[in-house]
Amino acid sequence: MYSQGLIGADGRSEETPEFLAAFQARVDAETKIEPNDDMPEGYRRTLVRQIGQHAHSEIVGMLPEGNWITRAPSLRRKAALLAKVQDEGGHGLYLYSAAETLGVSRKQMTEELLDGRAKYSSIFNYPTLSWADIGIIGWLVDGAAIMNQIPLCRCSYGPYARAMIRVCKEESFHQRQGYEIVMKLAQGTPEQKAMVQDALNRWWWPSIMMFGPHDADSQHSDQSMAWKIKRFTNDELRQKFIDATVPQAEYLDLTLPDPDLKWNEEKGGYDHGPIDWDEFWRVVKGFGPMAKDRVKARKKAWDDGEWVREAALAHAEKRKARAQAAPMAAE
Amino acid sequence: MALFDALLELADDHLVLGHRVSEWCGHAPMLEEDLAMPNMALDVIGTARSLYDYAGKVEGAGRDEDDLAYLRGEREYRNLLLVERPNEDFAHTMLRQLYFAAFMHPYWTAALTSQDETIQGIAGKAVKEMAYHIRHAGEWVVRLGDGTEESARRMADAVQSLSIYVGELFEEGAAEGVDVLPSRAAIRDEWLATVKRVFDEAGLTFEDSKFPQTGGRSGVHGEGLGHMLAEMQSVHRAHPGATW
Repeated sequence: MYSQGLIGADGRSEETPEFLAAFQARVDAETKIEPNDDMPEGYRRTLVRQIGQHAHSEIVGMLPEGNWITRAPSLRRKAALLAKVQDEGGHGLYLYSAAETLGVSRKQMTEELLDGRAKYSSIFNYPTLSWADIGIIGWLVDGAAIMNQIPLCRCSYGPYARAMIRVCKEESFHQRQGYEIVMKLAQGTPEQKAMVQDALNRWWWPSIMMFGPHDADSQHSDQSMAWKIKRFTNDELRQKFIDATVPQAEYLDLTLPDPDLKWNEEKGGYDHGPIDWDEFWRVVKGFGPMAKDRVKARKKAWDDGEWVREAALAHAEKRKARAQAAPMAAE
Repeated sequence: MALFDALLELADDHLVLGHRVSEWCGHAPMLEEDLAMPNMALDVIGTARSLYDYAGKVEGAGRDEDDLAYLRGEREYRNLLLVERPNEDFAHTMLRQLYFAAFMHPYWTAALTSQDETIQGIAGKAVKEMAYHIRHAGEWVVRLGDGTEESARRMADAVQSLSIYVGELFEEGAAEGVDVLPSRAAIRDEWLATVKRVFDEAGLTFEDSKFPQTGGRSGVHGEGLGHMLAEMQSVHRAHPGATW
């Protein structure tokens, strides 16, 4: 899954104007920046935060969907959901590895997630309340993620861009899988149809909030755009997503919960109603309905697993010591 | 119907174990295990699906994999008690996996020469997966047994609490006299050799229980299985006849 528009990054940089201009020229020439290249500290910091947030989002994102693995209504769905949640974990792993190329460890990033210093996508702070949520998350949340992530495949930072290529392939599969779940429900019994409409009503607005604040209110967009970390603005991506999604909902005879949603011939896209930014900021600041539970669940897994990680290290040390002792004993 | 019953026993073993392992997804001790455990769960759930599908065909009453998995209650489930044991901790989970895989690997190896082509096909895929499960779970049993004081204590606790469920692995159950499936009793020596090899490295001792717990094959389970099935079947049963 995905992290929303970057929250709270500080891209300031104190390098000389010549250094910054030379760096900008490389970026403008579409030369990929690699781990050992010189880069402005602000560029490095922005990427560490963004990739870290993205990785954390994948990991925390395993929880809302994992909530339905044990209740999936058919064996085929159970296997597919398990595989999907596993993919999210895999995305987390590539992304942590990409962030590690910038000099930050996975352990450090994990600790920042657990003590609340690091953010993750607030979409995961909403609860999954029915099986239909699994379909809607695949369709909308993964769909929104793809809109954001396809441009990231061309991000100026090489390791991030390359990680995103594989991530995007898998996300696109997840999106189709989600839509297929939704389609089955929309064409199913009246109860199934009501279930999927209810899930759509709950997830629509949080999904379009995933693109982050309006461009006019997005503080860090300009620098990230110049450094080609970001290629499109929040509003551009949100518009693309809405334009792609409305016909998909119409096809299934589902109603998007926005009475102001209508086609605007002049701009060649849909207009939408006002977004509740109070809710957005409330959830971003950690007051989403599941925020405390998500971090608590991650912390519990980390704390409960500590003895396992310690044992693995202790065993590796013992093996090493035995291997070193063995030739001596043979002498 | 002996073949149908025997397939159902095998399918239930795989589904129940897969379900238990899947409960870890998102809660593992490290990210690598958050990938490995769903992988193992997917392997055994995949095998369960093939077995249910075949069982349904053998029965010939029109039941498919989901009818068999979702519409039978706990007294009708025929799985081994070992596979329904709760996850408890990572030591229990890995030991349970090792015990199961150390049995299923020689079992599927023997099934490769079954006269039944479908069973042969299922065995061909499963045998590779079980070799991986022995390796993965076995390595963890070694790490934990030979790790810290705490991990060694937890591993020894797991050996202590799971050993009473080992004997049931070797009961023929409904497969008695079904000649297209391997004999379960014949697998004991190889199972023991695999487990001993791992235990030696882990500094653990295996002792066969004098009073093994059995009953899974006649639908007499522990109290946990009913809860597991109630959860697993809840959505499916709430919408009779719906397709998903």
